[in-house]
Amino acid sequence: MDLLTLLQMLDSTMRLATPLLLACLAGLYSERAGIFDIGLEGKMLAAAFLSAAVAYSTGSAWLGLLAGIGASLALSGIHGLASITFRGNQLISGVAINFLAAGLTVVVAQSWFGQGGRTPQLAGAARFEPITLPFAEALRDIPVLGPIYYELISGHTALVYIALLLVPVTWWVLYATRFGLRMRAVGENPAAVDTAGVSVIGLRYAAVLICGVLCGIAGAYLATALQAGFVKDMSAGRGFIALAALIFAKWRPWAVLYACLLFGFLQALALRPDVIEGVLGFKVNGQLLDVLPYILTVIILAGFVGKAIPPRAGGEPYVKER
Amino acid sequence: MDIMPKWADVVLIPLISLILAAILSALVILAIGESPTNALKLMIDGALGSTYGWGYTLYYATNFIFTGLAVSIAFHARMFNIGGEGQAMIGGLGVAVVCLFIPWPHWSLALIGGAVAAGLFGAAWAAIPAYLQAKRGSHIVITTIMFNFIAAALLNYLLIGVLKPKGSMEPATGKFPEATHLPNMHEVLGTFGIEFSKAAPANISFFVAVAACVAVWALIWKTKLGYEIRAFGHSESAAKYAGISPTKIIMVSMLISGALAGMMAINNVQGEAERLVLNAVEGAGFIGIAVALMGRSHPFGVFLAAILFGFLYQGGAELALWTKIPREMIVVIQALVILFTGALDNMVRMPLERMFLAAKRRKKEAV
Repeated sequence: MDLLTLLQMLDSTMRLATPLLLACLAGLYSERAGIFDIGLEGKMLAAAFLSAAVAYSTGSAWLGLLAGIGASLALSGIHGLASITFRGNQLISGVAINFLAAGLTVVVAQSWFGQGGRTPQLAGAARFEPITLPFAEALRDIPVLGPIYYELISGHTALVYIALLLVPVTWWVLYATRFGLRMRAVGENPAAVDTAGVSVIGLRYAAVLICGVLCGIAGAYLATALQAGFVKDMSAGRGFIALAALIFAKWRPWAVLYACLLFGFLQALALRPDVIEGVLGFKVNGQLLDVLPYILTVIILAGFVGKAIPPRAGGEPYVKER
Repeated sequence: MDIMPKWADVVLIPLISLILAAILSALVILAIGESPTNALKLMIDGALGSTYGWGYTLYYATNFIFTGLAVSIAFHARMFNIGGEGQAMIGGLGVAVVCLFIPWPHWSLALIGGAVAAGLFGAAWAAIPAYLQAKRGSHIVITTIMFNFIAAALLNYLLIGVLKPKGSMEPATGKFPEATHLPNMHEVLGTFGIEFSKAAPANISFFVAVAACVAVWALIWKTKLGYEIRAFGHSESAAKYAGISPTKIIMVSMLISGALAGMMAINNVQGEAERLVLNAVEGAGFIGIAVALMGRSHPFGVFLAAILFGFLYQGGAELALWTKIPREMIVVIQALVILFTGALDNMVRMPLERMFLAAKRRKKEAV
């Protein structure tokens, strides 16, 4: 395998890891605050649809992004209402949200565009275009570093860089701000936070809404950057892979980045069976690569490779004592 | 202390939740420019207006009874088995293996063989998540989700590989031998002189599903094991104190749950398709969640909710045929039912409880 193929592989790893990374960080906020969220998939899907629909109607990818975030936030609001205000089962709420998105996107898309539950193809400014970083063209001919800069680092859409930037930001928010400390505390021991006079409900809503914003970006990325338009079920289990990555990373921001890159790399590999055969000398079943994230996560969950311990108050509604 | 009488908890709350879901669904239908009353009429006509419609309604209901019972038995042990989909897929694999490789002399034996294999395969698929929950404390919801994906990939791998007959291009097994074919409703009811559509897929496994309801009811409320499962579900620490082993309860309830989900395959694989195809389960594993929530985890409730969802499924197919409402409308309704009967249960319950409290107080004052 030559350098160019390797760079192409890593480049598509980056592109495929981005939605996972955004959704995974989204889940991190929610779960660190003690709200399990298996509805990442549904929120992404809803955002993907609405972002594509609005981007198509207005011709602006950025307006599409806003609409996508709006759709995802609406579902987050339902999740918050069910799991925080009405102290319902967070897992059941997540399941409902996934189905709601899977059904509504197709029903609305069909009545809006009449193309069998998809949006028309997006073109031009309705999509996020790759950004060529400064000097990428000029430095292209420098051996090794030139192609790395040109192929791998430059030439992604704005959302990819935003996603990458969100990793240190999340780390900073989580470990260096008062909000982050309180959020982590509310996921471990909400009663203590309550005793300190900080609103458990407010913190949890904040976390759930941040989760909604990030899932919205993830969905918009799918429909307006990675692909050109919405098709039925286009999130294709990415929300669940993100959930797997979150466990794999043991709910820590930098580890989330590495886990998502690993799972993104597996997806990139599955798209290039020729490369695998060229390197390993034998065929690897594509199905195996697709489910490897899940298998790895089960192994991690089984505790054979370090133990993944979720936030202690995760999944438990908080009931104030009177 | 019970604030509400039992009938309110068992009948009133699910009914109100259902009405809320129906109102929202009607609004969605209205919003996309169709008439909700017309839609309802079409659904009733299509699903219940003929024995053909009933045949489909009961066929879907059979699937949902099995998966609904599977989810509810796990609920009784306070576990959320979201892996019914994967367990039903693997159950289908079990049915395919025994039907293809064992020369059955008669359908009745093949039905027993198929049910046992489907149950064993389904239970085996639930066993690993159950073991990890019991021994390693990994969350059963997450592991069963992962196992759904792993099951789909495994099936995909087998159906384009070893299980596909030579020369076939389709990812499916060959047709099962004649002797394994189950009698359909037309033949079953025909022996009693009742006319029933020949073309509809409902078959004898509907009665197996009804028997499973009775068996689960007896297990949960009439046996020591059922008592232990319920005790564990109410309070793990109390159950432990009473000498009930959490490992045993988690394992046993999940194995039964997986077996029930797997047994769905005698209906859709052995009864209807008569071969194993990709995506044979068609989301029935997930509908089991809605059915169990709606039926309050009681086998009789599950039975009624399964019929309701069978009606929605067949009615939804008719809608897609005659109107511009796509089939996915059913998924929306299903989501709303899960939302209102499951996640937003307290939203319905709290005001009702307040009403009953107020009524009680008034009665006291009157005395």
